[in-house]
Amino acid sequence: MNEKQMTAPDSHYEQMIAEESICTTENIVYEKPHTLTDTPFHYCPGCGHGVAHRLIAEVIEEMDIQEETIGVAPVGCSVFAYNYLNIDMSEAAHGRASAVATGIKRVLPEKYVFSYQGDGDLAAIGTAETIHTCNRGENILIIFINNGIYGMTGGQMAPTTLSNMKSTTSPFGRDTNSMGYPLKITELIAALPGTYYVTRQSVHKPLNVRKAKKAILNGFQYQKLNRGTCFVEIVSNCPSNWKMTPVESNKWLEDNMLPFYQLGDIKVPKEEIK
Amino acid sequence: MKELKLMKGNEALAEAAIRAGCDGYFGYPITPQSEVLEYLSREATARTGMVVLQAESEVASINMVYGAAGTGKKIMTSSSSPGVSLMQEGISYIACAELPCLLVNVNRGGPGLGTIQPSQGDYFQSVKGGGHGDYKLIVLAPSTVQEMSDFVKLSFELAFKYRNPVMILTDGALGQMMEKVELFPQQPRTNEIYPWATTGKKHERERSIITSLHIQPDKMEEINIHLQEKYRTIEKNEVRFEEVDCEDADFIILGYGLVARICQKAAQLAREKGYKVGVLRPITLFPYPTDVIRAYSEKVKGMMVVEMNAGQMVEDVRLSVEGRTTVDFYGRMGGIVPTPEEILEAFENKVLGRK
Repeated sequence: MNEKQMTAPDSHYEQMIAEESICTTENIVYEKPHTLTDTPFHYCPGCGHGVAHRLIAEVIEEMDIQEETIGVAPVGCSVFAYNYLNIDMSEAAHGRASAVATGIKRVLPEKYVFSYQGDGDLAAIGTAETIHTCNRGENILIIFINNGIYGMTGGQMAPTTLSNMKSTTSPFGRDTNSMGYPLKITELIAALPGTYYVTRQSVHKPLNVRKAKKAILNGFQYQKLNRGTCFVEIVSNCPSNWKMTPVESNKWLEDNMLPFYQLGDIKVPKEEIK
Repeated sequence: MKELKLMKGNEALAEAAIRAGCDGYFGYPITPQSEVLEYLSREATARTGMVVLQAESEVASINMVYGAAGTGKKIMTSSSSPGVSLMQEGISYIACAELPCLLVNVNRGGPGLGTIQPSQGDYFQSVKGGGHGDYKLIVLAPSTVQEMSDFVKLSFELAFKYRNPVMILTDGALGQMMEKVELFPQQPRTNEIYPWATTGKKHERERSIITSLHIQPDKMEEINIHLQEKYRTIEKNEVRFEEVDCEDADFIILGYGLVARICQKAAQLAREKGYKVGVLRPITLFPYPTDVIRAYSEKVKGMMVVEMNAGQMVEDVRLSVEGRTTVDFYGRMGGIVPTPEEILEAFENKVLGRK
């Protein structure tokens, strides 16, 4: 880069970027996967859903399985996941995504099937479906977004809300004596013989995003083996309902969520696939 | 050559599902219909490769049906009253998403946990919607074990013709009793790919989305209008009923399912006493045979509806008749099946007693 360019004003950079000579394939460092639609995300600024969606789309694209994949969207903030992922999808009733995924996978066993569910969906109203899907060892991938709160309905207490954490229905903090304890459903799932791969990741920092992507990739790839359910928890944030800026929420996630929901693999298969 | 067998209603229904080329059954045990799941678990997969899965609940099984039916396969479930109540949310989703599938309710006595004996107490739930929102199931009411078999095939045809869930509404007695049944020949399972189904997005088509969520009210109204238009078409094309000795009848007794057969015996006894009584049996409970009932209401001296409930279908008869003739009701509840003699006595007291 010469001296003139380095001191150029912003408008000059914009002009440069617009020049075709710069917009060449070899200069591309990142682009939107074709498995994402052009619909803008409706998610709040800083929300982890957008990143998680992108990771799924990237994995599907890199594995070249768009034609072979069917997703199941939950009820919750990600109810419209099918507006963004450019694949066949089914929108499940609240809590029933893993049952819907079971139905799809059983009649189309050669397809890749995944459900995408939040904490209220998967760990409260859908607990029975979650446990039994995993206990039957359905050969699906369950992606579990845990932000410790009901986002779509406006910040109510979730099964995963931390002790003393405030929500609109635990306004003085979650009192475990009367409201029960935050549920580590992922550890519970890992104890079931039907699960094959169980891991907890996050998307709050670039390194964690890369690890989460690897986990999602594993979850899809292991479906080929028909060895059981893959379960990827992503500890995420909710800036709007936590009433924080995106940066604050990621800091809060690291300081409060991660000590309780510790990141890492909980159950790892013996054989790896290449 | 005819293939005749002596079978329980539930087993005939299960056998018919295999023969109709059903691709998947998802269910949960409940009396008096557990034989359906048992029979399919024993027979189906080995014979046709049909998927049979015992779910953890009726809630799970109806949502498995939702997922599997969304792939365009021939999918079914069966249950009995309390289990069907649990399924209502899922049925509403299925109706809105326009997924073809077969639902079977082997009705038992309620309300609540009730009894395991036969009942028709779920008429309203079956024909008026049952779950939330404005929707209709196509509802078929068999009255013989033969029809328990035949209606499975018919249900899948109607379900795919209209992309609408079809319910077979039967009862514990028909499910449990054995009768002669002529089985239809095995049909192959098809691998038809429907453009609306979630089978994996192919390059040449838009992605398929199975959903009942349309958050913009104008879009949701549009969906509702479309559904209502479909229901009107179904009402135009698919009404089915049976008439026995109605042509010269002064009086008509109406009943569906098992009760219709008992009514026929009662009508015979009435004719022996000199009263010209016919029996009209609605076979489709939705669409309802409104027009034929209206036509008879212009010429008969009175009607009586018999049900194994507190009086549910009688409301649809009265809506059809619109006051042109009297409509009396006789019902037994809680799992009691009326006898022909009781029905005759009710006819004499209620219908003739008016004159």
